[in-house]
Amino acid sequence: MTGEVVGFYCLSAVLIGSALAVVLTKNLFHAVLWLALALTGTAGIFLLLDAEFLAAVQLLLYAGGIVTVAVFAIVVTERLVGGRMSQTSRGLAGGAAVSIVLAALIVNAIMRGPLTGIRTPMELDLTALIGETVLTRFVLPFELLALLMLAGLMGALYFARPED
Amino acid sequence: MGLEAYLTLAAVVFCIGFFGVITRRNTISILLGIELMLNSVNINLVAFARFSGDVTGMVFTVFTICITVTEAALGLAIVILLFRVRRTVTADQLDLLKG
Repeated sequence: MTGEVVGFYCLSAVLIGSALAVVLTKNLFHAVLWLALALTGTAGIFLLLDAEFLAAVQLLLYAGGIVTVAVFAIVVTERLVGGRMSQTSRGLAGGAAVSIVLAALIVNAIMRGPLTGIRTPMELDLTALIGETVLTRFVLPFELLALLMLAGLMGALYFARPED
Repeated sequence: MGLEAYLTLAAVVFCIGFFGVITRRNTISILLGIELMLNSVNINLVAFARFSGDVTGMVFTVFTICITVTEAALGLAIVILLFRVRRTVTADQLDLLKG
């Protein structure tokens, strides 16, 4: 139990620190790299919650896919604009105030809610259970998801096609 | 760790992502903030699924991760297209619909 607590606090520090770096750093390329660290930290949180399969999906799709696509978008727009793309923020004080109030409201709701925080040990293999549920109870949403991804990625290809 | 700890962590990350969305000027940075927000919701889903002993939440997480990746690919493709048309990715200057 104590190992889980230590892991949780370490991963929380990594996650919150890298998330702050994503929204505060000036260099856009660095922001994407910090996002990769934040997504990897989330995969660690999934591991703490016994969801090994989701941690692998998170690393492959999020940390692999999104970061690659984001770096690609930065490189394309930077090459065309011909200069380094440093970015600015606006309304930092107002944005921070709104975000902190929102966080306080959500945390207040969490603390007041009737949550049952009992964590029963999993005797079954969660990965096998997820696979079984996806292919039996959720088989139609799963197939629709495949269709959605195909349509979305073809749309992305169409949008980003070479100029002629 | 109790369920509250995971939910609080997800709420903090969500609000950091929200902060990024409302303060950044660059369209790609706004998309990165949206990714953070969607990612924190996944922590909530997995934590609820684990603490209630029901695997359905984890199946939903698989779905949301896939949909988010598609959304990011489409969003960045739109950013590239916008850049070709307007030569800028700053959200303030994308005001074609402003009469």
